Amino acid sequence: MRLIVDHVTRYSYDQPVRGVVQSHRLTPTVFEGQTVVDWQVTVTDGCPGGVFRDGAGDRVQAWSVAGPVSEIVVHVKGVVETRDLTGVLRGHREIVRPEVYLRETTPTWADAALIELSSAADDASGPLDAAHRLSGAVADAIAYAPGTTEAHTTAAEALAQGKGVCQDHAHALIAMARHRGIPARYVSGYLFADAEGQPHEAAHAWAELWIVGLGWVGFDPANRCCPDERYIRLGSGLDALDAAPIRGIARGPGSETMNVRVVVAPEATQGQTQQ
Amino acid sequence: MADYFNEMYHSGAVRTPYARLEDWMKTMPAEFRQMKQAEAEALFRRIGITFAVYGEGGDPDRLIPFDMFPRVFTGAEWARLERGIKQRARALNAFLVDVYGRGEIVKAGRIPANLVYQNEAYEKAVVGFVPPKGVYSHIVGIDLVRTGPDDFFVLEDNCRTPSGVSYMLENREIMMRMFPELFRANRIQPVDSYSDRLRRTLASVAPAKCKGDPCIVILTPGHFNSAYYEHSFLADLMGVELVEGQDLFVEGEYVWMRTTEGPKRVDVIYRRIDDAFIDPLCFRPDSMLGVPGLMDVYRSGGVSICSAPGAGVADDKAVYTYVPEMVRFYLGEEPILQNVPTWQCAKADDLKYVLERLPELVVKEVHGSGGYGMLVGPKSTREQIEAFRAKIEKDPDNYIAQPTLALSTTPTFVAEGIAPRHVDLRPYCLVGEQIDLVPGGLTRVALTEGSLVVNSSQGGGVKDTWVLAE
Repeated sequence: MRLIVDHVTRYSYDQPVRGVVQSHRLTPTVFEGQTVVDWQVTVTDGCPGGVFRDGAGDRVQAWSVAGPVSEIVVHVKGVVETRDLTGVLRGHREIVRPEVYLRETTPTWADAALIELSSAADDASGPLDAAHRLSGAVADAIAYAPGTTEAHTTAAEALAQGKGVCQDHAHALIAMARHRGIPARYVSGYLFADAEGQPHEAAHAWAELWIVGLGWVGFDPANRCCPDERYIRLGSGLDALDAAPIRGIARGPGSETMNVRVVVAPEATQGQTQQ
Repeated sequence: MADYFNEMYHSGAVRTPYARLEDWMKTMPAEFRQMKQAEAEALFRRIGITFAVYGEGGDPDRLIPFDMFPRVFTGAEWARLERGIKQRARALNAFLVDVYGRGEIVKAGRIPANLVYQNEAYEKAVVGFVPPKGVYSHIVGIDLVRTGPDDFFVLEDNCRTPSGVSYMLENREIMMRMFPELFRANRIQPVDSYSDRLRRTLASVAPAKCKGDPCIVILTPGHFNSAYYEHSFLADLMGVELVEGQDLFVEGEYVWMRTTEGPKRVDVIYRRIDDAFIDPLCFRPDSMLGVPGLMDVYRSGGVSICSAPGAGVADDKAVYTYVPEMVRFYLGEEPILQNVPTWQCAKADDLKYVLERLPELVVKEVHGSGGYGMLVGPKSTREQIEAFRAKIEKDPDNYIAQPTLALSTTPTFVAEGIAPRHVDLRPYCLVGEQIDLVPGGLTRVALTEGSLVVNSSQGGGVKDTWVLAE
């Protein structure tokens, strides 16, 4: 599938700031499931900084913007050819050991309720089945409900209220998998969802679990599936913060307003827009 | 005290390195000694050196007691220590490059994978990155204790930012001012080249992008930090800027320092800030102490950070057990310095052994420091031991145990005159393009009679440490 991405993030400051520094994970992952046809990231008045591929295989690009500045627009535009590998991250080069992704972080801490929920995998026939069961249990326990959680919501909190978005689904699945000794990580990317499906976020997130024999395999509890040709993978981390496509900070007293618009559409068709 | 090795008196005689100190000690009138002690304290107060040694906590404004009786090593003793310290510093750095690279030592089964890869101090952000000259830990502080004429043990390694080196330098300075005659009578190797050597070490790891004389800075968390005095002291001695996070900024591919003449590019940052705080874009997002974007510049080769982020995985108390194995694995040598035998309560057999022998062991928290949260079995009451037993049983993974070492003593000035007190030693090994060590270190002394805990927060003091020329 050939997907077109148009992703605009607009940062506005109520009073000009002295400068902005950002770190981007905004380049599609290199693996057999996707090939970049065209890709471009621009930052208004931005000065590109260091660029490197990190140990997890993500391409990181730094940017700085010299102030005073009142508004910055990060614009990602590109075309990616995707293939359905049923979630398997085949042909990806990375050197971080899977065991590193057993470490607990605040949002992925497994409380008693998450541990209880992870018993869904108790009578699984094997690791892959166990992963599917965990993902299904998350989908059953946390209903998709935008606006009910925030960036800092933990997996435990989302489960307690039974509602959340893709970030919460991914955190919950990661927490449960790690509790069972399965390395798990957070993945950020894009999703094209057709009109008939459930409501989705075009800027999307899911989890990858380390399955012995297969390697990293993606699971998207929010959509009860494994990533296929509708998904574009950008980067990974221990949790949402660690895998964030954009991490940035402004120098100065001004307060920031962020506005995001993401359109993901198959080439030569109408796309979907999300504010 | 018969069981302890006295570094001055052994087998009924004065050991050679202390030969010229016996007269000095015996002929010093009490009033003169008190006068000198007051003078020393006034000097320390005047220079404002009142901080705690790395991670010890305690009142930052409290003066650490200075004992005027020097601790002395012969040139031959030191030569062996020096080889052992340098060997260990090389192995620790080889380990760091390995575990952030191919992980051969783990693959070879010489250290458990979980100890390394699930360690809190293991930084995923630097996996695959080899710092300039392959050095992660540029200043390695190795804590040593002695139990006999030829018996030295490593208590712990400090690979991040070991502090206390300013005491080594100030103790010497003050001794030379107060007792110049001692420095004429003894051939004492100087330590004052430390700052030049530190500067040379830092300059030698400047990034490849740096052409010409590198710009070095010391990055401090600020004046409220207990080691701030040391940060400014070292900056002064090296002739480099002492900066806080807000004095630096990232633009393009480099880190810059604000100066009155405009921005100046920075090549090497000797940071005295923990990993978690150095860059809010990579680590703790709420940190105000660091420099946003620093890690991206570092990873793309625009600046060097000393010690390198991630170095802490080598000095974890559980990883410590495997350092002799690192020496064999990377260097193909036998360790010159021995580890203290250590039982890990995380292992069932070890736990059983430890719980059966609590009254004779020292038990420590895996991540603890500063002499807090530890049990010294032989010095504890039955109630204290039982209370500690409950703590270990509740969370065995959090504890390690070691035999109670018979730490050596050196003569020390105490209220009643001169008496033996237990000591340890922290030398500061410099690792850059070359590996370098000044002849000396920081001797800490347990001033309380019979105490084996030398930490300043637990009533410890410091001494000048002499290495005699052969």
